[in-house]
Amino acid sequence: MARAATTTDAFNAVAEPRRREILDVLAAGERSVGDLVAELGLAQPQVSKHLKVLHEVGLVAVREDGRRRLYRLNGGGLKPIHDWVARFERHWEDRFGVLDAVLEQMEEPE
Amino acid sequence: MSTTTRGSAVVTLPADDQILIVREFAAPAANVFRAWTEPELVKRWWAGTKGTVTGADVDLRVGGSWRWVMEANGGFEVAFHGEYREIVPGVRLVFTEVFEGIPNADEAYAVTALDFTETDGRTTVRMLIQHQTQEHRDMHVQSGMEEGMQGSMDALEDVAVTL
Repeated sequence: MARAATTTDAFNAVAEPRRREILDVLAAGERSVGDLVAELGLAQPQVSKHLKVLHEVGLVAVREDGRRRLYRLNGGGLKPIHDWVARFERHWEDRFGVLDAVLEQMEEPE
Repeated sequence: MSTTTRGSAVVTLPADDQILIVREFAAPAANVFRAWTEPELVKRWWAGTKGTVTGADVDLRVGGSWRWVMEANGGFEVAFHGEYREIVPGVRLVFTEVFEGIPNADEAYAVTALDFTETDGRTTVRMLIQHQTQEHRDMHVQSGMEEGMQGSMDALEDVAVTL
């Protein structure tokens, strides 16, 4: 099965581990391309290419700061992924809520 | 926060083929481990509020097999089985896990590792599910969707309180 283009949506964009690393760094604050190159040890053209994909799917935003372009995480772009995982999380939390009650009724171990 | 305040499960996807679930429980690790390995206890929680556990077979030794079955409130059965790989009571439990509802289920097994860490009488469970492919991992996450959608936190609270 052919993979969907990386720029189809957020899911496809974050399938690439390097792009997830970039998002992790941007989660800590704004960065220039140069900052990302230094922090991740990747080549500059690679970083720029990944940023382009992330920007296209709305996962990062960019602003001009003098001669620099600063990239930041656009958390809203992650919402579809968050929602997907959140439903699975609620499924487990449903179980664990019942487990809490079971544990409360158990005796302390010897 | 009082000591009886319930934690909340946090799910992350650390790699393309993994799911990590972390949750704290207000109970010692020995008890949380028992809840995962003793059939009579498994039956009381594993279906959550969405059904009833109709079978919980546990042969708790390395190489021993397990099979848990739940009947969802809609009437359909969901069954999982696997084999224990590592057993350290109160500390760690590793087993394979097969969802019986998919074609060639036995080949698409996941390996689940549970680590129990106790601090001041409370226990953090770290559950790492390692799938063989991203596709299997994604199907697994997707599987929780329908039930999760239906699940209202109110219903959960009601049941938990009456237990």
